[in-house]
Amino acid sequence: MSAVAEAVSTDKTDIAVSVNDVTKIYPGGVEALNDMTIQFPKGELTSLLGPSGCGKTTLLKIIAGLLEPTSGSVTVNGKNVTGPGKERAFVFQDFALMPWASVLRNAAFGLELQGVAKSERHAIAEKYIDAVGLKGYENLYPHELSGGMRQRVGLARALAVNAEVLLMDEPFSAVDEQTRRKFQEDLLTVVDDEQKTFIFVTHSIEEAVYVSQSIALLLPRPSRVSEIIRPDIRRDISPDAIRRDPVYLDIVERIWKGLRTYVE
Amino acid sequence: MSSFLKHPLTLRLLSVIIAAGAWEYLGRIPISPAFPTFLQTMSALGGMIADGSMVSVYPATFQPLLIGLIISSILGIACGVFMGLNAKAEWFGAPVFIVLQSAPLAALIPLLTFAYGIGLTSKILTVCIMSMPVIVLNAYSAVRHTPTSMIEMGRSYLGSSRQIILKIIIPAASPVIYAGLRLGAAMGFIGAILAELLITPTGIGDLITYNQSIAEYDKMYAAIFSIMAFAVIFIEILERTEYFFFRPDKRVTQ
Repeated sequence: MSAVAEAVSTDKTDIAVSVNDVTKIYPGGVEALNDMTIQFPKGELTSLLGPSGCGKTTLLKIIAGLLEPTSGSVTVNGKNVTGPGKERAFVFQDFALMPWASVLRNAAFGLELQGVAKSERHAIAEKYIDAVGLKGYENLYPHELSGGMRQRVGLARALAVNAEVLLMDEPFSAVDEQTRRKFQEDLLTVVDDEQKTFIFVTHSIEEAVYVSQSIALLLPRPSRVSEIIRPDIRRDISPDAIRRDPVYLDIVERIWKGLRTYVE
Repeated sequence: MSSFLKHPLTLRLLSVIIAAGAWEYLGRIPISPAFPTFLQTMSALGGMIADGSMVSVYPATFQPLLIGLIISSILGIACGVFMGLNAKAEWFGAPVFIVLQSAPLAALIPLLTFAYGIGLTSKILTVCIMSMPVIVLNAYSAVRHTPTSMIEMGRSYLGSSRQIILKIIIPAASPVIYAGLRLGAAMGFIGAILAELLITPTGIGDLITYNQSIAEYDKMYAAIFSIMAFAVIFIEILERTEYFFFRPDKRVTQ
């Protein structure tokens, strides 16, 4: 009895987020997702990669509980998603920082909304501001920071609420290329340190291959998961070596071949 | 020296000096016997402040102005925010205020006098009808244009509707709400003077009309100058309160 229960429970605990037959039709009849089923393993960074119009942001927002699916369901740790939840945190493409609030207040804002006492939430936020490399910037305002630093605040805010699942919607697309590379490297450290599940939307093949443990390749019209790729690249070498690694380059090439017919 | 020249205050002072100089020059030509020079006007102003004739009229002007502005601000912002948040309120309210904003509201003053007499009520209402539409419409459009991602951020971090309104939507809207308040205050000053010129001559409006009728043009201009100066100072103070209460980020860059 206990053996069976354990087998079932380990089976369940391996999956953090499960998307079951989700269809999303926007008012006006645009079908963003069609009967999509996909699972996200716990403790890994999974990228949703695909050309624009394949519904990756829609899917992420449905998982976040910000959008309701037209049909189908999403479960997080076995529980049905009916709206936003404490176990999920979102990192926004345009950062969604409050310009009138300092870095510290922005990073602590998730906790502020949950009613955590000021001294406690500031202590937690300071820890994560440090973790994303912004120590010393606590009292600046977003307009005094560069784009990359702003997104670090967005990441600190998501980490501070201690959610198990981090949903990142093209977090680096509004950041310049140099900053982006550094940010990707730092993200790998965060993924290692935090032991959380990351779902990462991107349209950059290189970025997906570089940061992900697995990549869900989405294709449009009709939107579907065409393939799950696990880029088994070596992580023990330097970031620059990874970007020159033949395995890395082969995977990038393979994904591009699969996608190019959809890009015109 | 160069930092002194680049200081925003230097520029403002310079533009005041140029305007005053042009006024002095035109007054000395003279372009009209009814147009005193800047220095004559200022000495009349000094005299009126010294003999108390100017100070004594201001309470009469400020009473309807301040009451009217307080009512318009509270009611106007509340209406605007509600319209921005609620589609039905928007449907009901937006057309009314858009019409009110574009209508020549001074034409309604005789109607107000007819309904409410020549007392304080009519004057307060004049200030309100002048200042409220722009306050309402600014608050409304500010709330409607809160960035979607910021509201989504509030929702995804489990903010209640109340928290999202108070901690995100209102602060995000505050610059435009304040722009509406400043415009509304300026319109309110116009309303207060119009009421004094058209309903019953009291306060500063009386000072203007009386001095005009006895051809004391320097005093008339001094009265007009004083109310303009008050309006500018008032609106400047309003701007400071915004930075203080809602936008500490702007205080940093000031």
